[in-house]
Amino acid sequence: MGRFVIRRILGMVIVMFAVSVLTFLIFNVIPNGDPADRMAGKNSTPAQIEAINREWGFDKPIYTQYATTMEKVATGDLISYANQTNVIEEIKRGIPRTFALAIGAALLWFAMGTALGLYTAMRAGRWTDTLVTVLALIGVSMPVFWLGALASYYLGFKAGLFPNGGYSEIGEAGLWEWVKHMILPWTVLATLFIGVYSRVLRSNVLDTINDDYVRTARAKGLTERRVMIHHVLRNSLIPIVTLWGLDFGAVLGGGAILTETVFDLQGVGQYFAESIGQLDVPPVLAVTLFGAFFIVLLNTLVDIVYAALDPRIRLS
Amino acid sequence: MSIADSSVSSDLSPVADGGQVEAAPDPGISPGALALRRLRRKRAALAFGALFVVLVGLALAAPLWADIAGTTPAKNHLSDTIVVDGEEQQVVTFDGVPIAPTWQKKFFLGADTNGRDVAVRLLYGARNSLFIGVVAALITTFLAVLLGTLAGYFRGWVDAVISRSLDVLWAFPVLLLGVALGVALALGGLKIGPLEIQGDSKWIPTLIIGVVGVVYLARPIRGQVLSLREKEFVEAARAQGAGPIRIMIGELLPNLASTLLVFFPLLVANSILLEAALSFLGAGVQPPEPSWGTMLAEGITLLATSPHLTIVPGLMLVLTVLSLNIFGDGVRDALDPRAKVRLEHS
Repeated sequence: MGRFVIRRILGMVIVMFAVSVLTFLIFNVIPNGDPADRMAGKNSTPAQIEAINREWGFDKPIYTQYATTMEKVATGDLISYANQTNVIEEIKRGIPRTFALAIGAALLWFAMGTALGLYTAMRAGRWTDTLVTVLALIGVSMPVFWLGALASYYLGFKAGLFPNGGYSEIGEAGLWEWVKHMILPWTVLATLFIGVYSRVLRSNVLDTINDDYVRTARAKGLTERRVMIHHVLRNSLIPIVTLWGLDFGAVLGGGAILTETVFDLQGVGQYFAESIGQLDVPPVLAVTLFGAFFIVLLNTLVDIVYAALDPRIRLS
Repeated sequence: MSIADSSVSSDLSPVADGGQVEAAPDPGISPGALALRRLRRKRAALAFGALFVVLVGLALAAPLWADIAGTTPAKNHLSDTIVVDGEEQQVVTFDGVPIAPTWQKKFFLGADTNGRDVAVRLLYGARNSLFIGVVAALITTFLAVLLGTLAGYFRGWVDAVISRSLDVLWAFPVLLLGVALGVALALGGLKIGPLEIQGDSKWIPTLIIGVVGVVYLARPIRGQVLSLREKEFVEAARAQGAGPIRIMIGELLPNLASTLLVFFPLLVANSILLEAALSFLGAGVQPPEPSWGTMLAEGITLLATSPHLTIVPGLMLVLTVLSLNIFGDGVRDALDPRAKVRLEHS
């Protein structure tokens, strides 16, 4: 087990290195991407551009530039090309907002997805099953920013039930204000995942329900409730937990860029969206690494948990 | 690529002949015919498959409606007036508020802030959104089959290189990567050898969406090839002297067809959603070219004064993606009632 964990962590480091090199290259080989040109403005002289090139080190070979940039990421000295702010500080400011969105939504979609999946599996073939299945399909077919914009405008602005976007600090306006600001973003982001999870769980439960050990449990005279929760649900949940780990990692790393933008939460994802509009390479690079870190971390955690549960995996 | 293409269209054909419920299958029936029979029994899936065909037809008929409405997708009517219910109205008021749906030939679904006909733009936008959805799904399928088959068949270092590369692609936050590439390439265009793509070309979002989808499909295909290559029919082909290429194309590929058929409608649905997301963030189809995503991006900022600019393209998009999802569900149940297929949707 120890060797398996070490191997996975080493793999994680290598993947992160490859991601950083690739992201760096993408922005250096793209034409019209010369940062000195843009920083100098429209009426720049060649001398000005050269001065900027020297000051920011754009005239150095690309591997030196890469090394310097990564060093700045590590020490927290990375500076934006567009407005000279500290990128790591900006990301730190966005983290509580992004995490608040990700954790709340992930709990919501896990709970709702499991509840609806179990309910529809037990009602398979009846009209309630059909209704929930249709709703789930509609849920996965909606662009999240469209749903978010409609909810924010009609429920927030028009009906006045919720604030019209923005984030409220718990320390400033209290817990209730914070919850009120987060309810719509949580629900909108969770909608699509609830659709996916409930359908996956439904089919898992229907697969397990006819297994021999479930029949044995019933034959022992256990109550239907106990059979469903302790035998069927327990086994059907394993793939769901894997999915949940991976999706949670993606959302945690700024993957909810659309939800953040449409509700103006000013999280890490929105910071990315604003930076890419100006082709501001340092924040784009840093947020991509930040996102990749959480994806790789959760991937590795899921693998390790799996290997701990199932010895066949760690030995193969 | 061609396999997925032709099989999808042949599976759509029962839509036309009404779908009869047939008796239990006799033992001598081929798996393909059996799947078709099962699909015919899925009325909802067929109905939504037919709806998708209708939507494609509408997109193809865009110039016809433009003729009827007497305009083009790019033409401004800022200073024009139109008679609605016997009352003369401006297409766009002095405050910049465009007209709501008139439900008549001109401005059937209203106008946008540039005084362009929303219904005409919606149909031309459908061409772009559907083109990107279908072509990106074809690119994903082609690349995933190529990489998955090579990795699964040759194993060893070929598999190591391909699998590790997919690991790296898997680690990228999909949307962040797509947006970053989309914005960067939209400014500079793309040059691969002799091939040069302009920055505002719809091929840029198409290629990006096609490539980022590969991880989701290449892994299951690799796994399937790994187990298929050990089967007796592959051994038989090898004993007859068939080389790797003939085995991959002649023996393995036909056995992957049902997986690809199940994935394809869902891939198209996903690609259409991703196009909308990229365009919303300015990294997809570039204005003034219409697509559902760009129309939504323009519309959402004007939700207070002109809700039709958000609701119309949004509903069209949801309807399209929903029809593909329901049809895809039916295809999956028909081909393999126990298959579990999932695509990333975020």
